[in-house]
Amino acid sequence: MRTLIRGLGELFITGGLVLLLFVVYSLWGTDRYTREQQDRLGEQLAKAWQAPPVTTEKVKLGSGLAMIRIPRLGSKYRYVIVEGVQPSDLRKGPGHYPGTAMPGEVGNFVVSGHRTTYSAPFNRIGELRRGDRILIDTRRRQFVYQVTGRQIVEPDDVEVIAPVPNHPRRRPTERLITLTTCHPKYSAAQRLIVYGRLVETRARVTAPTSPQAGG
Amino acid sequence: MYAWIWRHLPGERLRTKLLAALALAAAAVLLLWYVVFPWLDAKLAFDHGVVDGPAPSAPASPSR
Repeated sequence: MRTLIRGLGELFITGGLVLLLFVVYSLWGTDRYTREQQDRLGEQLAKAWQAPPVTTEKVKLGSGLAMIRIPRLGSKYRYVIVEGVQPSDLRKGPGHYPGTAMPGEVGNFVVSGHRTTYSAPFNRIGELRRGDRILIDTRRRQFVYQVTGRQIVEPDDVEVIAPVPNHPRRRPTERLITLTTCHPKYSAAQRLIVYGRLVETRARVTAPTSPQAGG
Repeated sequence: MYAWIWRHLPGERLRTKLLAALALAAAAVLLLWYVVFPWLDAKLAFDHGVVDGPAPSAPASPSR
């Protein structure tokens, strides 16, 4: 009887330690996976952009689509946006909702990302203020969006990703961007939504990664 | 449990036993960190930033 109780106690303590280790893994260990995937996708994207464009430029689920940069969150802030919002897509980086507008198109370009874990690309988007710029690089163009507002909604409020946010029936006339992530941090109880509007389209500067002998 | 493991650790001296115990613990942590946790984490979704309703999304297939 004594040994049984002692064995059980040891088992529970071990289980607790394993759970603690899992929390540590979730918060910090998962970053490594996203960084690897981002490096890979970034290289793929740079290569694809150098190759001549294909006539039917359809992005495959899980592959890179554009680069996002947000100057407010630091000059190093850049992520490859992947196509798709399945959990396996979002582990690689911010994901574009399939079926919503592409960057620069009339309608709503919607991107979702992790707020915590997996490099937490959207960890600090709550700090964005009206007028902050969100830069989206595509093959030829850079789209400059400006933050217009934000909102905290319930997880099933799909109207926020409508072509005209919160007006699902209205026909879009503007070129918008919407970022979604979870809220509050470390929870999935609500969603934090950041809205923006296209203010400028310019030629993409093909500087940062191109000319060296890359591999 | 731990007493049983301790008795079955190789080595006579305390030093070697301690080393063996450490190695065993490290192996367990590495196994959890690189094999068990990635698998487990894929099944859970604590951090979920997607708004979803009746969207025609396919049932989460692990793709690849």
